[in-house]
Amino acid sequence: MKASAERRERLRYLLVLFPALLVLAVLFAYPLLGIVNRSVYKAGYTLDFYRQIFRVPVYLQVLWATFRVSALVTLLCLALGYPLAYVLATCRPRTARLLTIIVILPFFTSIIVRTYAWMVLLGRNGIVNQYVMALGLTDTPLPLLYNQAGVVIGMSYVLLPYMVLTVYSVMRGIDPGLVRAAHSLGASRLQAFRRIFLPLSLPGIAGGTLLVFILSLGFFITPALMGGPGDIMIAMLIEREVEITLNWSFASALAVVLLALTLVGFAGYNRIVRLERIFEGRG
Amino acid sequence: MAPPEGVGGGAEVRLHELTKTFGSVVAVREVSVTVAPGSFFTLLGPSGSGKTTTLMMVAGFTYPSSGEVFVDGKPMAALPPQKRDLGMVFQSYAVFPHLTVFDNVAFPLQVRKAPRLDTLRRVGEALELVRLTGYERRLPRQLSGGEQQRVALARALVFQPRVLLMDEPLGALDKKLRAHMQLELKHIQQRLHVTVLYVTHDQEEALTMSDRVAVMQGGRIEQVGIPAELYDAPASRFVADFIGESNFLDGVVVSAERDGRWRCRAAGGLEFSGVGAVALHAGQQITAAVRPEKLVQAGDDGAAALGPGSNTCKGVVEEAIYVGDVTRYRVGLGADGAITIKVPNRFAARPLATGAAVALAWSPDDTRLFSRAGA
Repeated sequence: MKASAERRERLRYLLVLFPALLVLAVLFAYPLLGIVNRSVYKAGYTLDFYRQIFRVPVYLQVLWATFRVSALVTLLCLALGYPLAYVLATCRPRTARLLTIIVILPFFTSIIVRTYAWMVLLGRNGIVNQYVMALGLTDTPLPLLYNQAGVVIGMSYVLLPYMVLTVYSVMRGIDPGLVRAAHSLGASRLQAFRRIFLPLSLPGIAGGTLLVFILSLGFFITPALMGGPGDIMIAMLIEREVEITLNWSFASALAVVLLALTLVGFAGYNRIVRLERIFEGRG
Repeated sequence: MAPPEGVGGGAEVRLHELTKTFGSVVAVREVSVTVAPGSFFTLLGPSGSGKTTTLMMVAGFTYPSSGEVFVDGKPMAALPPQKRDLGMVFQSYAVFPHLTVFDNVAFPLQVRKAPRLDTLRRVGEALELVRLTGYERRLPRQLSGGEQQRVALARALVFQPRVLLMDEPLGALDKKLRAHMQLELKHIQQRLHVTVLYVTHDQEEALTMSDRVAVMQGGRIEQVGIPAELYDAPASRFVADFIGESNFLDGVVVSAERDGRWRCRAAGGLEFSGVGAVALHAGQQITAAVRPEKLVQAGDDGAAALGPGSNTCKGVVEEAIYVGDVTRYRVGLGADGAITIKVPNRFAARPLATGAAVALAWSPDDTRLFSRAGA
């Protein structure tokens, strides 16, 4: 009697989940399997494409560069986003609403348009260099575009809202009474922040950095437009194999390697910060 | 955890004409009160009466618009909360969710850079005081509400503050646990001789725990006194209504009697005597207040003890409500309205039937007269 009621309940959950599962299966799992299959198949099964990746140094260099740029972008987003999220979470509600809109606003514009806007700002005769030179800080224009600096600036700009919103949502859930309590117990502002607020905002930091890092790994448009010849990221490499070399099997192998490395990174990260423990109710 | 050697436990807290305005709203108006060292003092009032705002000004979280808070004669207003050395317990517990019970209680000592051994010993003592020994390694989410509140209490006491501020600390507990915690808190306070400034809207809680109570309304203190004073000799109609339960009769002063009593006539013609809570004169409009348990049936032992000169009236039982320890009757007095009486359900008590005629008696000393504005 009870068991059948439970089974019916489980069935109902499955029914509710069914559309989403179907979409995932058709549009994600099936193509992914196709990619994995193609990466080891070209007129017969072979591991040549993988061997090629690990034998030719340039591919590993690109992979390494991809991870390095992603890490830099993540750190920059955290450095800029955490204080901003803190202000959002602690200022008055009206100010917070206005600031949130400003943070979200860039999402309404195409990423290509925004990237071109940065190119106007950062170019040799761009607005930034004009200001810096007018202020007499430098005689020659700063190299801000078509190099790693440009890529990091452009990507950080695009990904900053993800960091801010993730961290902010966690900070919003921190009871301001806890910080007050810390003060009443004798903690200075710095002590209250370091011992109470910062640890309680860790889930936001963990979620935000993970999100930004993973999104960074697959970035294409910004590095393609704002990077130099030495700033090739793995997504650009894959695109080249697909569009120019037409070596789809090799592109698939690259994609699988990227996916595998991402999963390994995720697992390692999980080991360090123990995501489940952080995300499980902090109450 | 004994009070430190040579220091006499709690400090004196003095509020001097404390005022707080939010825009055009006056939340607290010229509150002046002195809390004796080592005493349990309660600010009692309905929500919006300014009691919490007053407490927050003492704690330092709200800056007074004018006036000053003195702790042992030292002005506090210029100090931020963390420099005031006052323990505080919040209604929401505010136990740090990511720290164990031990780390929660050790927090105030750690931010003061106390030596490690000292910290261990004092946390142990504080946990023993609130009977949570053995809970050191638990996280707050593994504790019940009452246990979390005890952690908050141990944390607020561990650094031996001389004043403990409490903002409705028992508000979220169920009734049985609350009654238990009230006594426990009171015992701890008496043992440590710490000065407690307590905020609550629960009058029973205030009467149970406090040495003195200030009843607040509309940002002002209506009356300050020991619990028995507030109950037996309320200074205003508001206090008579807010603390305990009162029957109110509107009337007019007829004449002065001896011993400071006044003869009054209710609107429906009933005549009675009472004691003025304020200065009165003949012809003045008044409201009389009588507690339901002070009225007895004429002919009972109680009525005889009242002696001559007691107030009497006749009425008809309109409604009887059995509440366990007592039965409450609403007795209709005709043109004078109705009054409620409380009759203890003692052995062999005769219940009154609805519709029965009763004669009631009560003492003029239990009849408080307040001046009534208007009409």
